[in-house]
Amino acid sequence: MKVLVPVKRVVDYNVKVRVAADGSGVETQGVKMSMNPFDEIAVEEAVRLREKGAAKEVVVVTVGAQAAQDVLRTAMAMGADRAILVRTDDTLEPRAVANVLKAIATREEAGLICMGKQAIDDDMNATGQILAAKLGWPQGTFASAVTVADGRIEVAREIDGGTEVVSLTLPAVVTADLRLNEPRYASLPNIMKARKKPLETIEVDSLGVDTASRLTVVSVAEPAERKEGVKVNSAAELVEKLKTEAKVI
Amino acid sequence: MTALVLVEVENGAVRQASRSAVAAASRFGAVDAIVFGDGAQAAAALPGVTRVLSVPGLVNDLAEPAADLLAARAKDYSHIVAAASATGKNILPRLAGLLDVQPIPDVVEIKDADTFVRPIYAGNALATVRSADSIKVLTVRGSNFDPIATEGGSATVETVEAPASEKSVFVKVELSASDRPELESARVVISGGKGLKDATNFKLLEPIADKLNAAIGASRAAVDSGFAPNEMQVGQTGKIVAPELYIAVGLSGAIQHLAGMKDSRVIVAINTDPEAPIFKVADYGIVGDLFEVLPALEKAL
Ligand SMILES: Cc1cc2nc3c(=O)[nH]c(=O)nc-3n(C[C@H](O)[C@H](O)[C@H](O)COP(=O)(O)OP(=O)(O)OC[C@H]3O[C@@H](n4cnc5c(N)ncnc54)[C@H](O)[C@@H]3O)c2cc1C
Ligand SMILES: Nc1ncnc2c1ncn2[C@@H]1O[C@H](COP(=O)(O)O)[C@@H](O)[C@H]1O
Repeated sequence: MKVLVPVKRVVDYNVKVRVAADGSGVETQGVKMSMNPFDEIAVEEAVRLREKGAAKEVVVVTVGAQAAQDVLRTAMAMGADRAILVRTDDTLEPRAVANVLKAIATREEAGLICMGKQAIDDDMNATGQILAAKLGWPQGTFASAVTVADGRIEVAREIDGGTEVVSLTLPAVVTADLRLNEPRYASLPNIMKARKKPLETIEVDSLGVDTASRLTVVSVAEPAERKEGVKVNSAAELVEKLKTEAKVI
Repeated sequence: MTALVLVEVENGAVRQASRSAVAAASRFGAVDAIVFGDGAQAAAALPGVTRVLSVPGLVNDLAEPAADLLAARAKDYSHIVAAASATGKNILPRLAGLLDVQPIPDVVEIKDADTFVRPIYAGNALATVRSADSIKVLTVRGSNFDPIATEGGSATVETVEAPASEKSVFVKVELSASDRPELESARVVISGGKGLKDATNFKLLEPIADKLNAAIGASRAAVDSGFAPNEMQVGQTGKIVAPELYIAVGLSGAIQHLAGMKDSRVIVAINTDPEAPIFKVADYGIVGDLFEVLPALEKAL
């Protein structure tokens, strides 16, 4: 079975982004970029499936600008076998990304798509579900454990009240939650090796899929700042203030 | 225009987040509700709901049959809405995929029938977006819309057959039992972080939660360290809460945690480190050792 892992290059999770002065978006100039943390978890899971013998090959794919190559190299340093860059300078919405990924999954005859549950830039939490719908495959979202056996995949899912387990036929789409695994660090020798692994570039237009946007960004604004409050010296003083000043208890 | 709202019913009662979703959807016009499993009666009692589509055969909220069913009904509606809950986030984007529309997740404000505000970058920016799709598929943040009442309506109920699900089978569910209020609807939330050091100490939050009738939350670090189950995680990737009072104990206030609680009305932080970012959003802060402050707080309440 071939596992396809879509990964996205995003503003690093440690960066507190700033809204651009003209309200068109956020400042990304000179900001540290990394692989979306959930996608690292997805790559790790796919590599583990191959190490366990449940998968034969791990192919990573990103839809983005030339610079997004770096996250593909990182994924290969973590153990992915090869990479595909679907090149575009536009920012695509989940629906459009799903159209592109569907074309790649079909071409690659993927048996499993393992991806992040959410990109920490747009916070959409949608691409995996849209992709599964478009492929007509079942979905195991917000996965905290997966087991592949007998042509099926069992997925433990994080839900509001606890954990749920579903069993899906393959091929399927799984989206990774934080506790699925702890991704490995790429070692220096593996980073060197990853430079020699195959990286194919495809122009998005050559796929002939619909990548139009359905949402127009009218504006992007800073949320209201909270003002810093006061320090109190004791629990008793706190309770007093909560009762008489904040009137919340 | 009529909106269809996916209403979640738990133990015979409509979840508060779903009542917020109905409130949001009523901004668009008439509201129909769809309920999977039992619970059509509770949904029919919601004020403002005209018609309930009851799908008793769909007991486990599996996304595949649920999205198929919604897609088959979608043409009657201008908006399809759900709470931004685990269920809503599982099913609605799949529905959007079937309809070939771009979903609009985590709506915090409705400007008009096409224009919505949603947080991006863990809530560090708010994007106003206009949708060009003829059917809008959106999930809404409960904390941003006052829930409608539980009683007062009298909707008609239509029973709908559940589609078969061959590709996806429900195996089991483990729900953590708790008599505390739900995190997302509690008036008071007390959350613990890595500073509590272990699972036994995490229980120090309980007597205070008891006194305040509070829900208990946790940082990701606390969940990862096994102090608390995953469903207690508050933050960008956990629950989003906005209670009247949020008490943060021994947690630093990472961007991802703040994303889940910074809209609380009053925030209290207890932390030994005066530089901890949580103090930047706290209305009241105590710089001190939680192992001394918590017992004193319990006594003072
Ligand atoms: C993609 C992604 C998503 C994430 N999503 C979330 C999320 O949804 N929710 C979330 O919470 N995190 C999330 N995180 C993790 C987040 O970045 C932080 O790592 C996490 O919130 C830290 O938890 P903490 O504050 O408990 O631990 P720490 O940062 O270790 O803070 C512990 C605090 O306890 C204080 N302390 C220690 N001892 C005492 C004492 N005796 N008395 C008082 N104070 C004490 C310390 O001063 C310190 O400030 C996410 C991270 C990533 C990458
Ligand atoms: N441009 C992209 N290229 C590759 N994968 C993507 C892209 N955008 C989103 N994804 C995948 O879809 C997941 C969910 O993203 P989102 O729906 O945008 O929150 C991410 O974790 C990635 O695995």
